[in-house]
Amino acid sequence: MDPLGSYKSIISARATDKRILKRCQDGGIVSAVFIYGLENNILDGVIVADKEEGFRPVPKVATTPEEVLEAAGTKYTVSPNLSVLKSAIREYACEKVGVVGTPCQILSLRKALKYPVGFRHMVDKVKLLVGIFCMENFPYMGMRIIVEELCGVRIEDVVKMDIGKGKFWVYTRWGEVKSVKLKKTHPYEQSSCHVCTDYTAELADISTGSVGSPDGWSTVIIRNERGEEIINKMIEEGYLERRPIDEGKFGLGLLKKLALVKKEKNMKEIEHRKELGLPVPPDVCH
Amino acid sequence: MEDKITVAHVQLSSCCGCLISLVDTYEKFLDVLNSIDLVYCQTLMDAREIPEADVILVEGAVCLEDHHALEVAREVRKKGKTVVALGACAALGCITRFAKGGQMPKPVQGSFSSLTEIIRCDMAIPGCPPSPELILGVITALIKGDEEYLKPFRRYAVCKCESCGCDLIINVVNKSLCMGCGICSASCPTRAIEMVDGRPVVSPQLCVKCGVCSFQCPRIEI
Repeated sequence: MDPLGSYKSIISARATDKRILKRCQDGGIVSAVFIYGLENNILDGVIVADKEEGFRPVPKVATTPEEVLEAAGTKYTVSPNLSVLKSAIREYACEKVGVVGTPCQILSLRKALKYPVGFRHMVDKVKLLVGIFCMENFPYMGMRIIVEELCGVRIEDVVKMDIGKGKFWVYTRWGEVKSVKLKKTHPYEQSSCHVCTDYTAELADISTGSVGSPDGWSTVIIRNERGEEIINKMIEEGYLERRPIDEGKFGLGLLKKLALVKKEKNMKEIEHRKELGLPVPPDVCH
Repeated sequence: MEDKITVAHVQLSSCCGCLISLVDTYEKFLDVLNSIDLVYCQTLMDAREIPEADVILVEGAVCLEDHHALEVAREVRKKGKTVVALGACAALGCITRFAKGGQMPKPVQGSFSSLTEIIRCDMAIPGCPPSPELILGVITALIKGDEEYLKPFRRYAVCKCESCGCDLIINVVNKSLCMGCGICSASCPTRAIEMVDGRPVVSPQLCVKCGVCSFQCPRIEI
């Protein structure tokens, strides 16, 4: 089986909007897709992860491009985005909802779309699922320890965090850049991530992340017709610029390798849990 | 008419919310009515005796002080090829778990059990109420014989769960399976679940034991 799940095509892309590029994590794909959706009446509300003081993540229903921009950038901690799903439909009265989420959140939403036991009149209102690549996540205090104790930066001073080249990076508002090797951050990962075998959000319409593309660009996996239609239109209308994905060792090769590493490593953990008689999640993306 | 499946809807101790949820599908409900043969449903039609039927949807818990209710439960098992405990009261007890009698006009009626505790049910559907789309999905799967879709509900009929928000804590959070997606919180009909630091915190004052949160959780195998 392909370690990236099923897909139609893979490209490298980045947003063209300067406002997005100023605030986004890599190529600004999620922000660009949502802003495009909102501006062109494809979406009327999007569920994003905003942040409060101290980099605390807050799930938010954004209904304007400005609100999407405010929430741009990756938060390396748990944001229960799906917790506002009903609110998006009921309180915000959205009828065309876009959702961004980690692979586990996308899977959770797909389950809710198939079995919407507690979601009256929701299924036909969720229009776009954008997944982000994810190896693991940190609980809030775990992230805070990495920033404050391992990198020696006060959380209030952080403007951006990043993971790349084997390190966890912290950028401060004073222009400082601190980093710590991922080997040191492993103890602060949430353990429930270690039973997940989905790196690239295999059940999303579009999946995106930095791995496989040059700095400032994102890899975009287009998984179905819905995803293809929106990405093609965005390229045509100049919202995105694209370049072919690097098929080599540092491009697609690296993406596939990491996806496979996550599957193999976490399958071992699942087997280990079974031996101990502990419950494991249903096998969906093994 | 012959190739249509016959469906009966029986109400025990319940608020009728599950039936209203089914009707809440608007025009799709008409499609449902066209594709099944509804043979019994006291709210919608005039039929006095529960006839034999391919599928009997039962909503509501069984009042043990009401021998009529116990007889209906037994009759349902006898007449229905497939008995579906529709909604949390029939499937799990739900709000009737809090009943203790002493209320007018029937102060002695104070003991309610879920239908699944009284008779063998073939399927059980949690939710207070289950969403219109879900009920529609189940009926459509029953018509088509889509067993893959129905599997979780067949399993749910025999699982012994508390159907309380506590299930989430015991089976997911305490087992290091919760990754904080928040779907439980959104699915709760009484907003009893708040996400704090990426984990569900359940208010026992608000939880009505409808079972939706743990059914919706992607980390539980149902």
